[in-house]
Amino acid sequence: MLTLQFIPFTEIESLSSDERVGKLLSIVKENKIALVEGTLHKEESAALIKKTMKSINQDFRGIELAVLYPEQNDDAMFKRLRLKLINALLGNRRGLTIIGPASVVKEIKQDPHKIDLYTTINEQKSRKVSKRNKK
Amino acid sequence: MLQIIKRFVNKIFRDIFSSRKILKVGFYGPPNGGKTTLANRICKDWLGEEMGSVSNVAHETREITIKENVTIRSQGKELMFNFVDTPGIATKIDYEDFLKHGFTVRDAKERAKEATKGVIDSITWLDTMDVVLVVLDSTINPYSQVNITIIGNLQARKIPVLIVANKIDLKKSDLNKIKAAFPQYDVVGISAKHGNNIDEFYEALFVLAG
Repeated sequence: MLTLQFIPFTEIESLSSDERVGKLLSIVKENKIALVEGTLHKEESAALIKKTMKSINQDFRGIELAVLYPEQNDDAMFKRLRLKLINALLGNRRGLTIIGPASVVKEIKQDPHKIDLYTTINEQKSRKVSKRNKK
Repeated sequence: MLQIIKRFVNKIFRDIFSSRKILKVGFYGPPNGGKTTLANRICKDWLGEEMGSVSNVAHETREITIKENVTIRSQGKELMFNFVDTPGIATKIDYEDFLKHGFTVRDAKERAKEATKGVIDSITWLDTMDVVLVVLDSTINPYSQVNITIIGNLQARKIPVLIVANKIDLKKSDLNKIKAAFPQYDVVGISAKHGNNIDEFYEALFVLAG
């Protein structure tokens, strides 16, 4: 069975980076896929990878991770300023982070505005869940 | 009088050599991108010896390897580098993957354990680099979270980056896709194995070293 757990931004907003990473990793270690509202800081992604590596054992083989940063490639000056203002007001609430255990999520294929998530449920027939990021 | 002249000459030499900064260059990227192959190519070109072993099996490099005082000449200039080859950064390591390559269970588990430590070391060492070469396999989709995390962390630390799109000799190679994925960075396409475009790489390295 595939379990998705949605984590609203408000649930991790007040946590320190270390606590945030720890919380997400503990959910994933329960064999659930965490759908997180918002994005992790770049440093938090690196910390998550480090913490994951420390946790790897015979039962836990690691994670698959993808972060969608909306409108990140916009070159227009006005739009970039507007985005900076929104980010300053809302923090990292915008975008979406998906973290799954490697034992369940075989691969996450990513391009700027789309994520394809392949699971290992029924090895022969990997299911494909496609999630489009609406601008 | 002779002593005074000798001291003066020694001081001049000391000043010249102490001001000559040796740049610490890190090779970063996911496993099997060709970091060690590129490091070997550079070391063979300028030192006549290789830096580390390469293999088709992921996580062949599991420890940080350093080659110091490598002098490179390009377009009439000369710079000295310390090269740091790092283990590939990954989000998962499954010892069973190594079994497929003929490892015993014991060796596969040991290799996986060393590989996890290698990933941690790579990330920890990021802070110590002057410039970084992010070596990517140009036949693979560059939009991976590992690539984004590495480059994002370098950007946050204000460490200059050159993206090296490796394996351009292969049919599946797509240099433009890598350029499109990271438009704000310089991308140089090479084949570390066969030496394609290596002069252009050295020129880009000198630009990066500034």
